Amino acid sequence: MQLPPALHARLAGAPGAAEPLPVERNPKAGAAPFRFMARLVRFPREHEFFEEGDVQRHLYLQDVLTQVAGEPEKPRVPEFTCQVAGCCQVFDALEDYEHHYHTLHRNVCSFCKRAFPSGHLLDVHILEWHDSLFQILSERQDMYQCLVEGCTEKFKTSKDRKDHLVNRHLYPVDFRFDKPRKTRSLATPQVTVQVSAEALGADWEQSEGDAMEGCSEPASERRTCGHRIPPIICFGQGASRGFKSTKKRNKHQ
Amino acid sequence: MWSRRRGSLMPAGCGLEELRRRRREREAVLRKARREQQLISKRLLRDDAPGEAEEGCVAMILGEAEIQQFLRLAQRGTEEKERERALVSLRRGLQHPETQQTFIWLEGSMRTLVGLLTSNQALLQLEAARCLHELSHSEQSAVAEACLPATSYLLTYLSGHSSDFIELCLYTLGNLIVESEAVRRQLLPQGIVPALAACIQSPHLTVLEALGYALSQLLQAKEAPEKIIPSVLASTLPQHMLRLLQPGPKLNLGVAMEFAWCLHYITCSQVNNDLLITHGALSTLGLLLLDLAGAVQRTEDAGLELLACPVLRCLSNLLTEAAVEAVGGQMQLRDERVVAALFILLEFFLWKQPSLLPEGLWLLNNLTANSPSFCTSLLSLDLIQPLLQLLPVSNVVSILVLTVLCNIAEKGPAYCQHLWPGPLLPSLLDTLAFSDTEVVGQSLELLQLLFLYQPEAAQAFLQQSGLQALERHEETQLQDRVHALQQIALHG
Repeated sequence: MQLPPALHARLAGAPGAAEPLPVERNPKAGAAPFRFMARLVRFPREHEFFEEGDVQRHLYLQDVLTQVAGEPEKPRVPEFTCQVAGCCQVFDALEDYEHHYHTLHRNVCSFCKRAFPSGHLLDVHILEWHDSLFQILSERQDMYQCLVEGCTEKFKTSKDRKDHLVNRHLYPVDFRFDKPRKTRSLATPQVTVQVSAEALGADWEQSEGDAMEGCSEPASERRTCGHRIPPIICFGQGASRGFKSTKKRNKHQ
Repeated sequence: MWSRRRGSLMPAGCGLEELRRRRREREAVLRKARREQQLISKRLLRDDAPGEAEEGCVAMILGEAEIQQFLRLAQRGTEEKERERALVSLRRGLQHPETQQTFIWLEGSMRTLVGLLTSNQALLQLEAARCLHELSHSEQSAVAEACLPATSYLLTYLSGHSSDFIELCLYTLGNLIVESEAVRRQLLPQGIVPALAACIQSPHLTVLEALGYALSQLLQAKEAPEKIIPSVLASTLPQHMLRLLQPGPKLNLGVAMEFAWCLHYITCSQVNNDLLITHGALSTLGLLLLDLAGAVQRTEDAGLELLACPVLRCLSNLLTEAAVEAVGGQMQLRDERVVAALFILLEFFLWKQPSLLPEGLWLLNNLTANSPSFCTSLLSLDLIQPLLQLLPVSNVVSILVLTVLCNIAEKGPAYCQHLWPGPLLPSLLDTLAFSDTEVVGQSLELLQLLFLYQPEAAQAFLQQSGLQALERHEETQLQDRVHALQQIALHG
């Protein structure tokens, strides 16, 4: 196919078009036995017109998914340690460290050291577990918000919320990020629970309790790690936090 | 600008001929599936060619006892590395369908896996997610459905921060979505649409590409037009999708491809295309088309046609909406650069993937049908000859080319004066020799218009043995039009 040489230049040129030629139709045009009519054409989803393109798309997806499912390649680096206070995990791959950091140190409650998968769940936790004002307000209005992104429902009790999660959103009955608050004294920072990996392993299996405890390394190992994180790693603000708005801070005693 | 994340897609140790042969086989399988409307079946998503296993990682069939042992080690092992290795072994075993079956029927196994997925041991979590991902690839619905207990967690993790992990969760969700309506019936109330709408704001390209994949699978579901697309349109997803399709330095081919296909599944379902138009879809896609044509000239990058295809489809379908007029004839709809871009893409298709030519010509039809402006552009940019060069490609292409030419001719004498004298008439005489009835029929239509608005063309037709060319069709179903045309040519 030979395109006129000026075409490429036209593409690179300014928007716009020449004045359209005048239209002048004769009623005999397309009259029987002829039948041509200029018309817009649309094709619905399953039309066979799309067969070729769909097949090519699928071939591409096959390649992508085979790659994705392949053995993950992790470039190895010299061993280094997590620098968060109290954590002595050692890593030899940056991806591993990134995931560790985000899972255990990113959304951490400063009161009880629990880690959460997202900022949203952390906020809900702080509100419901550590805000005494929340307890007072919840006696008078529905304060327990639904955990599902996009759902604005609120409930009187945590049990009502759980029922909603299970019935409306088809969540599992034992959803791990919706534990009812334990009755402890509020707003006093808990001592970091140092447990060994083994105990933790047993712990989550049996109890419905604390899904995401903090650092798992025994205290004795704390001093022996001296490796630095490679300087290119930077995750921005990530330290544990408590209340995030000044409004709440004022009300917190 | 057109940065591409993935490296070479060629498996090691394969000759070129072998690759071509295998690709043809895969194509044949897919084509058959498409005709049976089974194209989104999981079975076809993974290229199961043997010998593509990575070195030393052959999938082993694991028995009940071994699975239990690995799970126990992962749960209760003393050393973190030991626990991780146990899960890696489990994952490798799960590549095999038999192991998958054994796994899902083993009591407590999924519960344990979900427990590991939600544990506080980050690396175990990652490996558990990989096991789940492996299961999600299964061709058997039972296996996909066995993964249902994990979906609420997969969705929860989409609002986390670890991009590798989120990417994995998305691909897993995408695979699960494809397999069964039962899975989708659970994912929708669990909030998959809002979760994706939040996640699409991630800056990570790998996450975005995975999200596009998952969303495209969701949109392809049979029940999507009624049950899924309305909520997608009501969310912020369309705006974000269009944002990710904006041409510019940040445009990523892999990401754009996924969302262009998503947009196609939405537009061809015809649920509420007007909404997309108000969000500026026509404008964005038009600019993207220009950009694509520019890219095609600069690089021989594999895959540009895979982005061009859904863009062309969306534009073509959107142009049929009434709202187009209401939005006041956006600039791009009068911009002749769109025509220039389209022809550059047609040339590219002719070279790279001729089977996609009809899609480009479909857009050309929708651009020219009701637009004197675009018809004039085709003439002033000297594109009739290149268009005619496509006639021999295939019957489908011929019909479309002739239709576009009819679109121009039917606008009257001012247009036909530019069609003849010229290469059109000889080409039409050639097409009259085709055997395909539709092609010949369309040629007859074009000739009628040409003779009507440019009578001298009829004279030339006669002089070039046009009547003889018509004779061969006198006894066919085309006879009415043939006779009428003979009369016009002879008597005006």
